[in-house]
Amino acid sequence: MAHRHEVIVVGAGGAGLATALYAAREGADVAVVSKLYPTRSHTGAAQGGIGAALGNVEEDHWEWHMFDTVKGGDYLTDQDAAEVFAKEVIEAVIELEHMGLPFDRLPNGKIAQRRFGGHTKDWGKAPVHRAAHAADRTGHMILQTLYQQCVKAGITFYNEFHVTDVILEDGVAKGLVALELATGELHLFQAKAIVIASGGFGRIYKVTSNAYTLTGDLQAILYRKGLPLEDMEFYQFHPTGLYPLGILLTEGARGEGGILRNALGERFMERYAPTIKDLAPRDMVARAMYLEVREGRGVGPKKDHVLLDLTHLPPEVIEKKLPDITEFSRIYLGVDPLKEPVPVMPTAHYAMGGIPTTLWGQVIRDEQNTVVPGLYAAGEAACVSLHGANRLGTNSLGDLVVFGRRAGIHAARFAKDADYHELTEEHLGESRERIERLKRSTGKEKVAVLRAELQQSMMDHASVFRTGELLAKQVEILKELMDRYRNVSLEDKGDAYNTELVEALELGYLLEVSEALVHSALNRTESRGAHAREDYPERDDQNWLKHTLAYKVKDGKVAFRYKPVVLGRFEPKARTY
Amino acid sequence: MQVTLKILRFDPTKEQKPRWQTYQVEAEPTDRVLDLLHKVKWDQDGTLAFRRSCGHGICGSDAMLINGKNRLACKTLVKDLGNVITVEPIRGLPVEKDLIVDMEPFFAAYRAVKPFLINDEPPPQRERLQSPEERERFDHGTKCILCASCTTSCPVFWVNGAYLGPAAIVQAHRFLFDSRDRGKRERFQALGSGSGVWRCRTAYNCTEACPREIPVTQLIEEVKRAILFDRF
Repeated sequence: MAHRHEVIVVGAGGAGLATALYAAREGADVAVVSKLYPTRSHTGAAQGGIGAALGNVEEDHWEWHMFDTVKGGDYLTDQDAAEVFAKEVIEAVIELEHMGLPFDRLPNGKIAQRRFGGHTKDWGKAPVHRAAHAADRTGHMILQTLYQQCVKAGITFYNEFHVTDVILEDGVAKGLVALELATGELHLFQAKAIVIASGGFGRIYKVTSNAYTLTGDLQAILYRKGLPLEDMEFYQFHPTGLYPLGILLTEGARGEGGILRNALGERFMERYAPTIKDLAPRDMVARAMYLEVREGRGVGPKKDHVLLDLTHLPPEVIEKKLPDITEFSRIYLGVDPLKEPVPVMPTAHYAMGGIPTTLWGQVIRDEQNTVVPGLYAAGEAACVSLHGANRLGTNSLGDLVVFGRRAGIHAARFAKDADYHELTEEHLGESRERIERLKRSTGKEKVAVLRAELQQSMMDHASVFRTGELLAKQVEILKELMDRYRNVSLEDKGDAYNTELVEALELGYLLEVSEALVHSALNRTESRGAHAREDYPERDDQNWLKHTLAYKVKDGKVAFRYKPVVLGRFEPKARTY
Repeated sequence: MQVTLKILRFDPTKEQKPRWQTYQVEAEPTDRVLDLLHKVKWDQDGTLAFRRSCGHGICGSDAMLINGKNRLACKTLVKDLGNVITVEPIRGLPVEKDLIVDMEPFFAAYRAVKPFLINDEPPPQRERLQSPEERERFDHGTKCILCASCTTSCPVFWVNGAYLGPAAIVQAHRFLFDSRDRGKRERFQALGSGSGVWRCRTAYNCTEACPREIPVTQLIEEVKRAILFDRF
């Protein structure tokens, strides 16, 4: 079946819905294609808040937010992006409120705000209340509110359509191919502008806060087609994943006064970040936790995790402001945070890297910022680069509304002056062939086995701390896994809801994004933000104050080009807290 | 521990009616039912189909009938069920394959109550003000993850699929009691109609089924009173 819409958005999370909404407000005919139902996207799992210098609780300025974002990103953040962001996120939060978002309120009726890691006043002097929140389900409320507005706007949704191909010809984006999960039918989508907002790929790791469905599909599809992926070596581990599952426990818990403790009961963050302690940025806290465990001060029979202590907080703070994470601890661990500390360990959480874009979400193909006409990206799938080498908590929700809106507006305006491209049945061929090959295969490899090996090996060789040796080993493992992937076969040969087929396709994407990540990490011989090389422990601005663009070459090889970091207001400085 | 997992299988494109299939699975007491379904799918039978995404009770994908009750597979632990576990699709929506049902009728009811803030007054420069008490008034409804556990546990919905169902009414409640909303007249049309709140027989199944502990029946009662007495 064929469909045609002026703007087609891939993904129905916060970024996709914000994009769709603002494109529709520009008057475009908009459709959203998602492999899930819209309210099931992973934005809904974001808990703690959306940072904006509203100044509702105490003095705050967008310049402080910009500074924190740049410093938090270890100066790899493009400062033009951080400036646009810190200014526009204020307006974006107000707009969400006007759309009906149920923020928590202060006694004077304004939006409530709490503290979060790396957010400070007076250029780093002390933590600041900047995170606007709705209990500990801020992402859930953003997702619901944006979907509600999309329903109101009458936007077309193709639910449970798994995109299998982006049609790029003559350097121009022309359309999409997607598999309708209910029927197994392939659909052709003609569009004047396509926006990729398909989220991250935490499922490359064994322990992750990410949904099962976050498999980097569109990043991998574009990468296969010769477009670059930017700064893939920067992958964030969130310090407080519920041990051992990796389910997220919001940083807002520390924002409300929670404290990390080792086996000796020490508040160990005092040693690593004396000024802001447990509210240091995520990369620093995650490394500190690993170091405590490595030095024998871990908790539990295996001494392999630490504790998040909330027991000194007033019970009403925990129950009113952190109800969901309290419930997670009780259900999954049988631990009551009111009475005892909660076991936590870093969990794979957020890709700072992704599809490179301009400040208007236009996808670029090289270091000269050459735009791919008609192709846009926003949210975690994209790399603006706002987050640089390490994203501050709450800046993901801000990113998706600010840059989702920008991508939506630009895509709609682009579409007004553009024509549809002719597409034919032949454009389905590549997808059809890939699917048929998987269904016909008599190979002996199983998706679940390969995926488990990938996830464990990525955890062992390319997580919080890296070395050249471990990364080189992972390069070899990935080559072997990709070879074995060619012999994957399926038991389900059917058409309707062939979720085994979907998982097989997703494994292919996981392997591709892992390749881009591991090669980029091996290539970058310095430590910066979330990329901590033990064999190159110092930040090296002389050689590495630049963005990585990774390109797929044949035979498991990756080529690199580099893009300068956009500097400006803030000179790179040593990063201490 | 060894667990016997009995799953109601059905592929309407190939079969006349559903059938039970039994699997033996090695499990930890702290495993989620979702983990068991994955063990079956990944190790024993790739043809099993079910929905899931977040895996910790936030996205609402994996509502199913577990040992006779509507629950989320990712929020239900083996230790609370024992070593024989039955799993079926939620009731009242057409089964598309195994544990996957057609959600469209459910979302059609959702759309019918106008689940979005209605307020045409020009917004102020900054946020609209709302006291913590006004915010608290509709807090329950904001927890809803649209998993359909409540609606598909409702006997009235089983008998009459045209009934809006508890989830849609909860969504309406969330806006009716929001001090910023001005849309009650518009929403009353759907809610007060023959398929609206008056179908509710106060069976409390919905409240029992809600994985987010929303007092669904109470919210439905509040909507009934609002329509009757126009009180908020």
